[in-house]
Amino acid sequence: MPIDQKIRELQERRNKILQGGGDKAIQKQKAMGKGTARDRIMILLDEGSFSEYDMFVEHEARDFDMDKKSLPSDGVIIGTGTIEGAPIAIFAQDFTVAGGSLGLMHSRKITKIMDHALKMRIPLIGINDSGGARIQEGVNSLAGYGEIFFRNTLSSGVIPQISVILGPCAGGAVYSPALTDFVFVVQNISKMFITGPEVIKTVLGEEISMEDLGGARVHSEVTGNAHFYAESEDECFAKIKELVSYIPWNNDRKAKCIKPAEPKNDYDINNIVPSDPTLPYDVKDVIRSVTDKSEFFEIQRHWAKNMVIGFGRINGATVGFVANQPLELAGVLDVDSSDKSARFIRYCDAFNIPIITFVDLPGYLPGVDQEHAGVIRHGAKVLYAYSEASVPKITVIIRKAYGGGYIAMGSRHLRADFVFAWPGAEIAVMGPEGAANIIFRKEIMASDDPEATRKAKVEEYKTKVANPYVAAAKGYVDAVIEPCETRRLLIHAIEVSGNKSVALPAKKHGIPPF
Amino acid sequence: MKKKENKLEKLNINYSEYTTRLSSKFKERVSYKPVDKTRLMSFIPGTIIEILIAEGDKVCKGDEILVLEAMKMKNRIKSPVEGLVKSINVELNEKVPKGKVLIEIDLEA
Repeated sequence: MPIDQKIRELQERRNKILQGGGDKAIQKQKAMGKGTARDRIMILLDEGSFSEYDMFVEHEARDFDMDKKSLPSDGVIIGTGTIEGAPIAIFAQDFTVAGGSLGLMHSRKITKIMDHALKMRIPLIGINDSGGARIQEGVNSLAGYGEIFFRNTLSSGVIPQISVILGPCAGGAVYSPALTDFVFVVQNISKMFITGPEVIKTVLGEEISMEDLGGARVHSEVTGNAHFYAESEDECFAKIKELVSYIPWNNDRKAKCIKPAEPKNDYDINNIVPSDPTLPYDVKDVIRSVTDKSEFFEIQRHWAKNMVIGFGRINGATVGFVANQPLELAGVLDVDSSDKSARFIRYCDAFNIPIITFVDLPGYLPGVDQEHAGVIRHGAKVLYAYSEASVPKITVIIRKAYGGGYIAMGSRHLRADFVFAWPGAEIAVMGPEGAANIIFRKEIMASDDPEATRKAKVEEYKTKVANPYVAAAKGYVDAVIEPCETRRLLIHAIEVSGNKSVALPAKKHGIPPF
Repeated sequence: MKKKENKLEKLNINYSEYTTRLSSKFKERVSYKPVDKTRLMSFIPGTIIEILIAEGDKVCKGDEILVLEAMKMKNRIKSPVEGLVKSINVELNEKVPKGKVLIEIDLEA
């Protein structure tokens, strides 16, 4: 057979496979606002950069008449490409082929690209759109999931792993995204749950829609499973590209530096924070007043809003921000906000991203529900994450830092490298009202006018104790600074700590309070 | 995502009143109630497949009073207290949610 005929044969074979599950299935997919697996990869990756592997893979199932069925590429596309020059390994499940169901060869394709990503030390992106296990393939499907979870765990902290939920992701399938670093969801398209509405109704008699059970909004606002919410696939892909620009390719590298830029002039940093510690403001304004171009890429924006986390750049370098948000629940630490910040701190630490903490919190949220939900266990995660992190840690106490909250939020005692305090900072064992009530209890009770005495004692406490100078006198705070000096000092701190080296005791691994 | 801006409210933390937004999770939290052993509740959603007592019966602590089938497991529910069965709030083969009061018991004087 002459070579041009062989090339034609290859082209024909390819074209057949490129039709995926066929026109009807593709139309159905598009009618739901969903792209096909290959379309999605093309939109996400740099033009012309995608190189597909294992296009000709076929399933080997023989039971239940499966031997008569051909499933193009076995319902999943894998390969490598680039996002703005950064190398990326990617897989995308193809819902048009047998509902994207996961059988043995399907899972082998996924684990092949996962192995490749880990070996090459490049980020992995997984696009999930699957009805779940391919029941006809029985325990081979389960084995496939297990092999994926194992690799997710092995790769964790070595290469960035990003999951994109662009369709159903149910049952065991949810645990691969849950083991990865970042989960993207899209309104009306993403559905994640362990047990679907039908089973819940049959077994328990509870009726709920897929959207209310495990839609994009639920995972963004209620469960905290999702990190980024988008209203369309295109918006989602734009956000993935932005995320990729902030993170390094692997844990041996630093994130790419870009050309430094000054913050916008919109923020008057000296006047963002009200001096009355009980009044709210948006801590994101403080973050934006120090970052390049005033840009802040927020993570988990809709969940545990009393804690703000995300990436920004200081003088061109990526940094991770952790900040209490006085605008929401007074910025308290609670079960969810502890969980949210602790995991992010560990992410930054794993991938060589300096952590900047802005502190303004009244302490922990009181309540039986919090205590019984395990605020001790969850709160401990924050202490663990800060203590263990060996990346540069810079803490700025912008207003209140009371009690356990002071210790937890990147304090000197958990080995912050730089601790700055603004002049309005109140660093104290507890808030002035509570402290005065305890310290001066007898005097207040014995007074002719207890209310007036109480007020006087609160003021006395504020003047004597609730300021940055007591902590500064002990060296717990390195410098009391004007707010407008913050950016300059952050730039300096990051420059100085570029070669930071700390030796933690040798161990297999710690036992964090998961 | 549609923005629903919560209004500013007061939140007392350790005797200081903070002006802030309150999350719906915080506002909808269930306030604590001590466990009432005379009101026997389903610990899991399921189906009542056997009722072993009748209203007015005397039960001792540990007596089996119901069988609640859930997730293919037939759970034999025992009385947590000694007393008289005041009311049975379920029927045979009824599907019950978690936390439903199944049986009420009068503690004997």
